[in-house]
Amino acid sequence: MGHGEKYMTRPANLASSTPRRFGAAFFRGIAGLAGALVLWEVFARSGLFSVALTPPLGAVVAKLTEMISAGMIFGHTLVTMARVLMGLAVAFVIAVPLGIWMGNSRTVEKIISPTLSVLMPIPSLAWVPLFVLWFGIGNFSTILVVIYASIFTMIFNTWTGVRAINQIWYKSAVVMGANSRQMLFKVMLPGTMPYIISGLRISFGRAWIAVIGGELLASPDWGLGKIIFDAREFLDTESMLSALVFIGLIGIGIEKLFLKRLEKITIERWGMSQSQSS
Amino acid sequence: MRRFGDLLLASLPFVVMIGIWQALSVYGGFPEKLVPSISQIFQTFFRLLNEGILLSSAASTLNRLLLGFLISGVVGVFVGILMGRYRVIEETLLPLISFIYPIPGIAYAPLFVLWFGLGDLPSILLISFASVFPVIMNTWKGVKAVKPVWIRSATVMGAKESDIFRKIVLPGALPFILSGLRLGLAAAWRILVAVEMLMSVKIGLGWMIFGSQTFLNTDVMLATIILIGLIGVLMEKQIFERIERRTVVRWGMVRST
Repeated sequence: MGHGEKYMTRPANLASSTPRRFGAAFFRGIAGLAGALVLWEVFARSGLFSVALTPPLGAVVAKLTEMISAGMIFGHTLVTMARVLMGLAVAFVIAVPLGIWMGNSRTVEKIISPTLSVLMPIPSLAWVPLFVLWFGIGNFSTILVVIYASIFTMIFNTWTGVRAINQIWYKSAVVMGANSRQMLFKVMLPGTMPYIISGLRISFGRAWIAVIGGELLASPDWGLGKIIFDAREFLDTESMLSALVFIGLIGIGIEKLFLKRLEKITIERWGMSQSQSS
Repeated sequence: MRRFGDLLLASLPFVVMIGIWQALSVYGGFPEKLVPSISQIFQTFFRLLNEGILLSSAASTLNRLLLGFLISGVVGVFVGILMGRYRVIEETLLPLISFIYPIPGIAYAPLFVLWFGLGDLPSILLISFASVFPVIMNTWKGVKAVKPVWIRSATVMGAKESDIFRKIVLPGALPFILSGLRLGLAAAWRILVAVEMLMSVKIGLGWMIFGSQTFLNTDVMLATIILIGLIGVLMEKQIFERIERRTVVRWGMVRST
């Protein structure tokens, strides 16, 4: 490093952390959002597309409030969420033990990992028509797609996590006389937890795509994807956009408020540094 | 000898799966249309391959992927670099992008159909829309991660803005840009098949699966899925690992694994 060191340790631009900068950033962010909305409104009123296809903002907001006050959208959201949660739960229960097992045994790793690398690149949504043929339209097919979409990242992250555990921890646990049960619950699981959690976060993103796609393709009776799909039949662009906004809000809510936070807590709590993302 | 043992272990789950499948199709009492035997699936696979339909479907699917990805790659890297270099642009665009990014691209499919009709155009647009965000975000982070000291020393040594961009910012950000492109391509690939099903394109792997559903051609569906898996593995291993080895690994910016 030599004499470069003394410059590198200095923060690059101190200005970025002062409150004044934060204010400017905030207003620019608002301006960006407002700009996009204005652009949409101009576009909607320009008559380039018919109003049915690009409704003005007022109509979308009216539709969104109508959907919320009618309460239907919450029912659809609940069904979609239930599918995601069920799928993630099943995937989690299979993936974490399998990942830990693979991380501990070279033989198991050699048996399982080629299968995973063959199955993983197949997009989960490619299976939907097949699942529909086998299991019919509805919950089972959609949940199966969610499982397929989320399980591989979980397995890979858990597996990577186990292998990333510091060997010294194992050795010291052995020296201190830990039995295999304590080894699993006191060393391996906590050590792998940050990886498992970030695997869960990535899996949620994929499950979220899969559930919407599954609902569009397998058209069950309920779900947010179903709203969008039905709305197409009636050229009901307002409902589509409302559902999109809703999907976006829920996705951000779960990702930012819950999973990111969970990830941060586990990483800080166990004093881990960066874990594998994506 | 050890390699042979590894191969044996690796093929174990496939053998088990094929065995269970075969048992189900022969003794399970399911209709043959829904659970075709292994030999039938492979016969169909090679028949479709011979007829050329499988390859021409794959070609048009890859064509769509490439076109969509080309658009999102160019736009994404451009926007990402602008965001990384100019704070005004960064602060203006970031909240907007962070809102749109988590909405699954596939959810826009019916909307794109309304706007652009059915077929190739909306599929390609949707693919690029769905894959542009990881490219933007990673490029932006990569440009931000370029050490200011490098830029400052280049400025002191009299480098022009264009030199700084070409010789410092771009190579410095390249590992991030590449991983952004990789994520973008994966995102595009993940929904492309479903997009083809929803957009009823004329020919394509997704459409092949969707079309076979109507005629209960499970063997065709499975044959197509096998090809989709093969393409996915090849894309990941051959293209991106190679590009990374040629550029960032060779320049010593990341260690090869």
